[in-house]
Amino acid sequence: MGTYIPNTEKEQEKMLEAAGYKDFEDLFSCIPEGLIYKKELNLPEGKSEMQVLCEMEGLAEKNKVMRHVFRGAGAYNHYIPAIVKSVVSKEEFITAYTPYQAEISQGILQSIFEYQTDICELTGMDVANASVYDAGTAAAEAVNMCRDRKHSGCLVSEAVLPQVSGVIKTYCFAGDTPYQTIPLKDGVTDTEELEQLLSENSGTACVYIQNPNYFGLFEDVEKIAQITHEHGAKLVVGVNPISLGIVKTPGESGADIAVGDGQPLGLPLGFGGPYIGFMACRKELMRNLPGRIVGQTEDSEGQKAFVLTLQAREQHIRREKAGSNICSNEALCALTAGVYLAAVGADGLEKTALHCMSKAAYLKNALEKIGFSPVFDRPFFHEFVTECPADASLISAEMEQRGYLTGLPIDNNRLLWCATEKNTKDEIDGMITVLKEVLAK
Amino acid sequence: MKLIFEKGNEGRGLQLLPDLDVPEVEIAEGMKRSKKPALAKVSETEISRHYTELANRSYGVNNGFYPLGSCTMKYNPKVNDLAAGLKGLTDIHPLQSEETTQGSLAVIKELSDALCEINGMDAFTLQPAAGAHGEFTGLLLIKAYLHEKGETGRTKIIVPDSAHGTNPASASMCGFEVINVPSGSDGCVDTQALREAVGDDTAGLMLTNPNTVGLFDKNIKEITDIIHDAGGLCYYDGANLNAIMGICRPGDMGFDVIHVNLHKTFSTPHGGGGPGSGPVGCKEFLAPFLPGHVVEEKDSMYSLVRPSRSVGDVKVFHGNFLVAVRALSYILTLGKDGIKKTSQAAVLNANYMRVMLKDTFDMAYDETCMHEFVMDLSRMKEETGCSALDFAKGLLDYGIHPPTMYFPLIVHEALMAEPTETETRETLDEAVRIFSELAKKAKENPESLHAAPQGTPIGRPDEVAAARNPIVRFMAD
Amino acid sequence: MRDERDLRYSKTHEWVDMSDDNTAYIGIDDFAQSEMGDIVFINLPDVGDTVEAGEVFGDVESVKAVSDLISPVSGKVIEVNEELIDNPGLINEEPYEAWMIKVEDAQEADGLMDRAEMDSFIENEK
Repeated sequence: MGTYIPNTEKEQEKMLEAAGYKDFEDLFSCIPEGLIYKKELNLPEGKSEMQVLCEMEGLAEKNKVMRHVFRGAGAYNHYIPAIVKSVVSKEEFITAYTPYQAEISQGILQSIFEYQTDICELTGMDVANASVYDAGTAAAEAVNMCRDRKHSGCLVSEAVLPQVSGVIKTYCFAGDTPYQTIPLKDGVTDTEELEQLLSENSGTACVYIQNPNYFGLFEDVEKIAQITHEHGAKLVVGVNPISLGIVKTPGESGADIAVGDGQPLGLPLGFGGPYIGFMACRKELMRNLPGRIVGQTEDSEGQKAFVLTLQAREQHIRREKAGSNICSNEALCALTAGVYLAAVGADGLEKTALHCMSKAAYLKNALEKIGFSPVFDRPFFHEFVTECPADASLISAEMEQRGYLTGLPIDNNRLLWCATEKNTKDEIDGMITVLKEVLAK
Repeated sequence: MKLIFEKGNEGRGLQLLPDLDVPEVEIAEGMKRSKKPALAKVSETEISRHYTELANRSYGVNNGFYPLGSCTMKYNPKVNDLAAGLKGLTDIHPLQSEETTQGSLAVIKELSDALCEINGMDAFTLQPAAGAHGEFTGLLLIKAYLHEKGETGRTKIIVPDSAHGTNPASASMCGFEVINVPSGSDGCVDTQALREAVGDDTAGLMLTNPNTVGLFDKNIKEITDIIHDAGGLCYYDGANLNAIMGICRPGDMGFDVIHVNLHKTFSTPHGGGGPGSGPVGCKEFLAPFLPGHVVEEKDSMYSLVRPSRSVGDVKVFHGNFLVAVRALSYILTLGKDGIKKTSQAAVLNANYMRVMLKDTFDMAYDETCMHEFVMDLSRMKEETGCSALDFAKGLLDYGIHPPTMYFPLIVHEALMAEPTETETRETLDEAVRIFSELAKKAKENPESLHAAPQGTPIGRPDEVAAARNPIVRFMAD
Repeated sequence: MRDERDLRYSKTHEWVDMSDDNTAYIGIDDFAQSEMGDIVFINLPDVGDTVEAGEVFGDVESVKAVSDLISPVSGKVIEVNEELIDNPGLINEEPYEAWMIKVEDAQEADGLMDRAEMDSFIENEK
């Protein structure tokens, strides 16, 4: 019923005639007869716009929107400023292709250049690319960046979001890159074990850690950087961009590459995507950085101009010798992050980070009082792990029915909690009350 | 135009958050960043105007004709955006329980099923985030399958020289060696060269069909048979699927694994470079290797199931879900009829334009094309000095986005045009008029094309300077 | 000034300036630089690396292309022209002055040509 073909059947007939074809069958006669699909596709009839929207609303209603979110683990429920949605709904941004024609794409190119600047500022690095798909692919691409003739293999901390280490592992299987994990001590990367592993595996290309780590704890990035570099390997640190409003940057701590997910910067939870993987590195590694990079130059009149640059790194030129195959990225999400950071500014980002930390600390204390004892006693950002007085999954399920998304069950009796600036004191207190009722059942 | 960092002033900003309502926690001094990031210091008014100015210096499908070959720049229906903006879809945490995410799981299931049907495949994963990511995933399935069969000696992937650069790059990322096979003079796979290239080290073949010159490779069944007989698998790059939906199916052509681009064929917007989505489909024997989780239905309940011999995850969570929502909304709108009509109209628009232009321009292959056609401007360059690049830049002054330039590599001075089905006959006629006018201009006043564009926000940028001395971020003085 | 008539050439357009002590300077010829267009980046081996005749020892990039550098000699790299790394445009300006690597104990690959042979090779290649 509905199509987006403007030409009527009559008009199409005239066009066929003008182009020298009898009908559509004639037009497609270059396809061998035996391959023509003679049946009707087993799909429903087309629908009107009103029906489609109604059906999509029906699907949306089968989901339950959680009013109270205390879960993070890679997807964070932050406040999205109104201006963000307004800006990123502009059609010129949404419907444009990759800005290869620079003369008519200065707007998108500049937005990416601004985003690259933001990411460099947040991470304390020299260069950032125009984005990759998400935190996992950013981490995996960063690991690939570190390989050279003399170095291969990566060591990945066990305190990394499992989905991220999973993606690294998959990419390592693909590229025949050795993959090993680094054990933990008190919830953080065990530096003695790291030393040991690096000594045993000479020629290790990189070490990957996350800070704050999967359990919300701060890692000793400086020490890990020092150990890593002593063994000739590079350090890749996965970071949470909100935390960088206050936390020491990977650049300051001696990391070589910083990556992470920009989802907290204005992107909705969206059942997992689209999110945005950001990547930044020291300038010595610039040519190893995958994906698009926007550079500043001048036009023939000497006006400031932006272009996609260093393209000879990329697949469309280097083909099988390219370091990565990435082509499409998450440009619109980069724009979103750029608008978000413009809206909050450095002060707002610091405030957001402090709110996250403070609410998480308050939540942790409140939980402890009703029997959820913290597993680790170390500084943390906005996530932390508690033991549970009852089965973790059971608590989670019961609370979900009541509109509360609790911490994530990471095993039978532990929950990984998260609080953000969106969680108010009243909401936390209310959650504690409901939690007590559930436990009393 | 100023950068956002050059606007505003110290102390400006938005009031977004209330005061803290719990005791403030201090971060330990040693863990604190030494100075604040130099982000923008602007008011909401300034943000709004800044991005409006940027939007005015951008060009999307809403601005005008966008016949960018191999990119399928069709209209992006608004109802899809409405659907993808529904709170019940945007505000769902990816780690909520299956009970509270039945709607999201239904979206994944319904879209996967529809893609199976359209492509003649048995299973799909929506985890890959883009076409190249899909290629990587598909090749990984091949690698895992061969490894499980103990055929680790199959290390070579065959790629035609007309392929997208992502094909060989993806093969390399998966640890395969790339064997390039030349195309025949008809732009299709040279089956003799292919027979010579295959052997017991062949892992597979990557192919686009319709191919990258816009032709349907008539020998496709023979080609996939050659690969299968040699013990390899066939990978279908779905970049050009928009030409054949409802007309023929990659699965019936002999392909074992395939990716489709939701941001091309299924009308989801390109977003200035992304996010896209590159679902991967496969035949049943490869389904156990799919990454991530697939959705299964039992007693009207959907659940997420990890395939038994999954290659793992290629992306965190469930892929670019909100892009998948748009694609499903599109498929529901079109239905079985509309899908076929869409491909018919896409091929008609391309051939109509090709025929209208063929007296003025040399066509690289002068025969019925599929959804796109390639013009060869070598003769124009020789006669007038105006290259494909000059011609493309000339189009900018007429408000048309140029066709894809210098691709495929096997055609010199190539311009590849893909009008798509969502353009009116009047738009095509007008474009034909402008193309012809520019051809005339090339003859009469080539200098004007060398100097083009004139009416755009900037003239041709100095790309050499940009690459020699990369300035890739703003630095305050 | 290096006289292009004194150099030896490979089919892939690298030149060799071989001295009596078997130390060789290596660069690319005028034809190669003009085919590439403005060179924006050059990737060279490290001092101490060995190069093999007929094998890739680096690459040069223009804005829209990348080309492998194929070594016309075997030997050990004793010097790398750092000036080219900072200013790759020199390769376009003076291809025969813009040496890339200096190799000691250099063994020439088979089939290198002198200038006259190279000129007719280029003529046939067109």
